[in-house]
Amino acid sequence: MSNLTEIRWHGRGGQGAKTAALLLADVAFQTGKYVQGFPEYGPERMGAPITAYNRISDTVIRAHSNIYDPEYVVVVDESLLEAVDVTGGLKKEGAILVNTYRSKEEIIPHLKGYEGKVYTIDAHKVSMATMGRYFPNTPLLAAIVKVAGLMDQETFLREMRASFSHKFASKPEVIDGNMAALEMAFKEVQ
Amino acid sequence: MAKRDRLSGNEAVAIALRQINPDVFPAFPITPSTEIPQYFASFVANGQVDTEFIPVESEHSSMSAAVGASAAGARSFTATSSCGLAYMWEELYIAASNRLPLVLALVNRALSGPININCDHSDSMGARDAGWIQMYAENNQEAYDNMVQAYRISEHKDVRIPIMICQDGFITSHAVENIELLEDQDVKDFVGEYHPETYLLNPDCPAAVGPYSITDYYMEAKRNQAEGMKHVSQVVLDVAKEFEGISGRAYGLFEEYCMADAEMAVVMIGSAAGTTKDAIDRLREKGIKAGLIKIRLYRPFPASEIAEALKTVKAVAIMDRAEGYTNHGGPLGADVMSALYRAHADALAVNYIYGLGGRDIRVEDMEGVFEALKQIIEEGDAGETYRYLGLRE
Amino acid sequence: MATDITRLGVKANWRDLTEGMIIAGAGTSKDFNTGEWSTDKPEFIEEKCKQCLLCVPVCPDSCIPVKDMKRGAFDYDHCKGCGICVKACPFGAITMEGVK
Repeated sequence: MSNLTEIRWHGRGGQGAKTAALLLADVAFQTGKYVQGFPEYGPERMGAPITAYNRISDTVIRAHSNIYDPEYVVVVDESLLEAVDVTGGLKKEGAILVNTYRSKEEIIPHLKGYEGKVYTIDAHKVSMATMGRYFPNTPLLAAIVKVAGLMDQETFLREMRASFSHKFASKPEVIDGNMAALEMAFKEVQ
Repeated sequence: MAKRDRLSGNEAVAIALRQINPDVFPAFPITPSTEIPQYFASFVANGQVDTEFIPVESEHSSMSAAVGASAAGARSFTATSSCGLAYMWEELYIAASNRLPLVLALVNRALSGPININCDHSDSMGARDAGWIQMYAENNQEAYDNMVQAYRISEHKDVRIPIMICQDGFITSHAVENIELLEDQDVKDFVGEYHPETYLLNPDCPAAVGPYSITDYYMEAKRNQAEGMKHVSQVVLDVAKEFEGISGRAYGLFEEYCMADAEMAVVMIGSAAGTTKDAIDRLREKGIKAGLIKIRLYRPFPASEIAEALKTVKAVAIMDRAEGYTNHGGPLGADVMSALYRAHADALAVNYIYGLGGRDIRVEDMEGVFEALKQIIEEGDAGETYRYLGLRE
Repeated sequence: MATDITRLGVKANWRDLTEGMIIAGAGTSKDFNTGEWSTDKPEFIEEKCKQCLLCVPVCPDSCIPVKDMKRGAFDYDHCKGCGICVKACPFGAITMEGVK
């Protein structure tokens, strides 16, 4: 169980939190880690709060439970700050990453006294600037990789390009936009 | 050479199937089906397999078509989940009683009601007496490995019984985890070509399949069917031995974890076994002699072997991810307790119902079960043997 | 390999039954004397028969043998006495009277 990192994603159905968790598992796997990426399935409808999880470890992962005491939390939709206990169990040595156009100072009062580090990124701005549409999961993926120090930027971008080339084999035109989103997100996360 | 990958349990089973390249795969393509037919359909569309993929109108039809294809002499497969399995009920018995080799990939999910889509074992537990072989997995690797071994068991001349390859819905079916895949050619060589002895499309020896069997014959027919089941355990072990040769991964009828000196043990099926192993490691660090038996082969049930493995255990908790509504526990509980009784075992046994409808099981929950076993040993009394884990009271 | 159906009488023990009750090999129904199920049998009155052979194809149990374009005597081992041949015969050459 050494070096186990647990990450919890809070999003709304249709925003791609599950996909982001699976992509993170993908990219961590490429760096030789043991990984888990899994969603918690609830009501299957657009907009309903959903949770997804990642475990990343140097050793075999056997636990098949949800994650209650994560090192990191990613909030894909800031309206969930009021609706869901996003900081529940979050370790204070860890961090929370919130997708918002607002400043860190504006977000902190909504975190129920969470004492750990707080990061923000405006995934909407990044997504619109690079892809022309709102896909928050791509910028958030880059941001959590940076926040959690999962791997260096160069390795991450190389692995993601390989992953996108596979995933978007039938529409290669979207690869560059996604890559630009990742690079911009690395700079934008605060 | 094995290939390291990361896949969901559904993808893993679909890839095993691509490597096997079965002849016929009828499936009902929408809910409550799984992603397995969806992934496989893309292999068909891409020309990676030459399987006859038949999108049918229901699970009643998918199992009927699989039965017909198997009787015709084709290596047949289908996949489903939850109420999809319930809708196959009638044909499950037909496949088994006609002794037709056949593989069904089942993603274990709750049956309604109340309406629920999440993991438990109520679907396959209900089908446990249908005459099928049932094999379960802890993770995507085991689901893949069991799938690769499935046809060798089901088609074996001493067996010829359909087999259900089960894995936990969402928990392993939709979770991406590390996995080692075998080379395509290694799987093909291991599984081999299918050469049925008697089949409908044999012009040299036409046959009649699916007879009417009146009272004069029915009981003898059922006893004859039971004979095939008696050969399954040995075939499962033989196939596992050979599989270890190509994969390096060893399998038995069940897995024993820390059982050599265990004073207390848990018997369970499926993904929660991994969580239980983490709980056992924590307890072992404190000097508590906890162990686990994880069932792989549930039908036929390896009763005497399990009783033997529990011989020196003082207390055992049998974990059921399905209700039995017997007023005294679930189906695995009944099977294990009767095995212990017949072996004149001394262990105090309790039966927990857990994880229904996707209720999460944490390492701490399983530590709590072992804590209860410790108390049972101290008191020398099992107390209430029909218990619920993680229930709000 | 064709099934040896002589072992499958109603007194067969469970070991003698085939796997899955599958019967391999064609035409095994000939070996079962299903004619004994009937209570009535048709009677063939040869002198009224014009050999039109209309009775032959309607018999559900193929119990009217034909040789050299002429029908022969009923196969009572398999005839279940349904009487369809009686209705098919335009000449009254088959009746359900007389044979028990």
